[in-house]
Amino acid sequence: MSIKNTNSELLRFTTAGSVDDGKSTLIGRLLYDSKSIFQDQYEAIEKVSERRGEEEVNLALLTDGLKSEREQGITIDVAYRYFSTPKRKFIIADTPGHIQYTRNMVTGASTANVALILIDARNGVIEQTKRHAIISSLLQIPHLVVCINKMDLVDYSQEQYEKIKDSFENFASKLDVKDVSFIPISALKGDNVVNRSENMSWYEGATLMYYLENVHIASDHNLIDNRFPVQYVVRPYSDEYHDYRGYAGRVAGGTFKVGDNVVTLPSGFGSKIKSIVGPRGEQSDAIPPESVTILLEDDIDISRGDMIVRPNNQPEVTQDLDVMICWFDHMKSLVPRGKYTLRHSTQEARCIVKEIQYKLDIETLSRDRENIEIKVNDIARVMLRSTKPLFLDAYKENRITGSIILVDEATNNTVGVGMVI
Amino acid sequence: MRVINHLDELESESIYILREVAAQFENPVLMFSGGKDSILMVYLAYKAFYPAKIPFPLLHIDTGHNFPETIEYRDSLVEKFGAKLIVGSVQEAIDQGLVSEEVGFNASRNGLQTTALLEALEKGKYDAALGGARRDEEKARAKERFFSHRDEFGQWDPKNQRPELWNLFNGRKNMGEHFRVFPISNWTELDVWQYLAKEEVPLPSLYFAHEREVIERDGTLLADCGFINKRPDEKVFVEKVRCRTIGDVTCTGVWRSDAENVEDIIKEISTTRMTERGGRTDDKRSETSMEDRKKLGYF
Repeated sequence: MSIKNTNSELLRFTTAGSVDDGKSTLIGRLLYDSKSIFQDQYEAIEKVSERRGEEEVNLALLTDGLKSEREQGITIDVAYRYFSTPKRKFIIADTPGHIQYTRNMVTGASTANVALILIDARNGVIEQTKRHAIISSLLQIPHLVVCINKMDLVDYSQEQYEKIKDSFENFASKLDVKDVSFIPISALKGDNVVNRSENMSWYEGATLMYYLENVHIASDHNLIDNRFPVQYVVRPYSDEYHDYRGYAGRVAGGTFKVGDNVVTLPSGFGSKIKSIVGPRGEQSDAIPPESVTILLEDDIDISRGDMIVRPNNQPEVTQDLDVMICWFDHMKSLVPRGKYTLRHSTQEARCIVKEIQYKLDIETLSRDRENIEIKVNDIARVMLRSTKPLFLDAYKENRITGSIILVDEATNNTVGVGMVI
Repeated sequence: MRVINHLDELESESIYILREVAAQFENPVLMFSGGKDSILMVYLAYKAFYPAKIPFPLLHIDTGHNFPETIEYRDSLVEKFGAKLIVGSVQEAIDQGLVSEEVGFNASRNGLQTTALLEALEKGKYDAALGGARRDEEKARAKERFFSHRDEFGQWDPKNQRPELWNLFNGRKNMGEHFRVFPISNWTELDVWQYLAKEEVPLPSLYFAHEREVIERDGTLLADCGFINKRPDEKVFVEKVRCRTIGDVTCTGVWRSDAENVEDIIKEISTTRMTERGGRTDDKRSETSMEDRKKLGYF
């Protein structure tokens, strides 16, 4: 890789899995084959594996970074791993797969372009597979790649692969997923991970690495609806920039161009974009996820939490939120009349829980309207009312302007996360 | 349509975090070590608030055992951006009897930095300390959040971290607590060099290959200086070396290298098989030495 070779996109993907499905082996192979494991790292985990009396070098030790995780041999928290090929840079959010870690899976899924779902070819679609797929669908991960792993243990059988593929497709038809691909692999032997498998000539699709390098992600952002949450007002207070007022933020949707007519919320005042300043000076337009500073023609009062949009395309301005909540607090349940601090884009407000409509079973998708005590890792549809109007889009339309977090005012912990319906 | 490449995206993410810190906290500070990661942080902070000045001071925890080049570079950078510099001194902490100097051949002031850092944060009443740590550096740092909560003793509780989703960051805290914030969490060593090259950022001479008097200890080359206690059998010799990380002289290894410019460095690290902290003797003290130090408040 040279200095010039920097024109590669960034792809974030998430994996989830338990001890035995080969997830660590797969990640280890992606890192190893892209030469992202260093010799001293490898030697360090080789030493630990040997001391523990393990026969092979345990690649899971690469991702399990905390003392307690290494002691217990499980991934508890989200671990981030990095590798790159000449085509792309990758960030893996590696999460545990067990139901008691649903909140960690949700965290890893929140920013992912691709969800990598692993199925053991011997076992087919199991509860955990469904859970991962449902979470990927709830969090609206744009692309799903289902890797049917351990093909070497089923004699590379096309019939077995087709059977599992059909059963997953049958189940996924109930979910809101747009783009699903299937790849038969053996992470252990390397079939169809980086190199094409010689054992499965019947498979004509891409290898996993080819898929990750080429899946189209430029349209994963909302490029239609212009949304610019104002994060910070830049005021230099110097003689040279006496009347300078720059609205700094990160584009959450659409394309902002110099000369565009815009409206600011909540005031409703209109103006025109005078200039856009990016990290390398003035630029003619700004798209997601760029951080820029916007200057307007008119001197209007704008502060953090306000939003710059187009006059004919505005988010819903409301104090009533219909959201799907995932609850993260293991001490206290989510209760009706509960009050929390709410964060949405660059806004902060307080809110009260008006009604819990149902609890969602994340293995069957069934709705429970009777037992609605919402405990840690539960997912529920909830009505909230905020102390001030928020500028909301449906999460399906925009992951940035359609998401919220809830903060407990006594402990300051983030206790819940929500997606606007 | 324009394609946003990975460096643009990382840059925008880091600028977003820097602005979030300026918006959510009353009295932030940027921890500056003199290494390339903190240099990158200063450049990103400059871009985030341009044309206004960087709205927080730089804090350097000075062990007193520095490469002279580091201090020279630090002062020129501060002048260039018109930033405010605060120095926290390990020597002062020793003089005040807050900590005592390690003894023996491997004596280093690295561990003592924690006390001086917490002292400086408390004295300045800083509620957020920005740092240039990256998740790819070390396995405990791989678990670090962008916004990392610290209790009133500056301790990190890795098993009870706040979840971070989308681009929503929760900086709420009680009086006396603070946050460590890591805007370049998602950058790798290669990303940092590619970016510094693209932006043509001038760098301290220590990063480029030069002749230096060194000693070899446990497979690592250390720069010979007055602060290292040499064993009787350790010989001083001259090698062409460069630093891959810059820290305290006593624990920063130097590498045999011929890389004389940034392009050479990028070539070198894209083919190397050793991690950049491989030369840090402070990490080698035990398997979990970074996690143990971080829990106590180390950077």
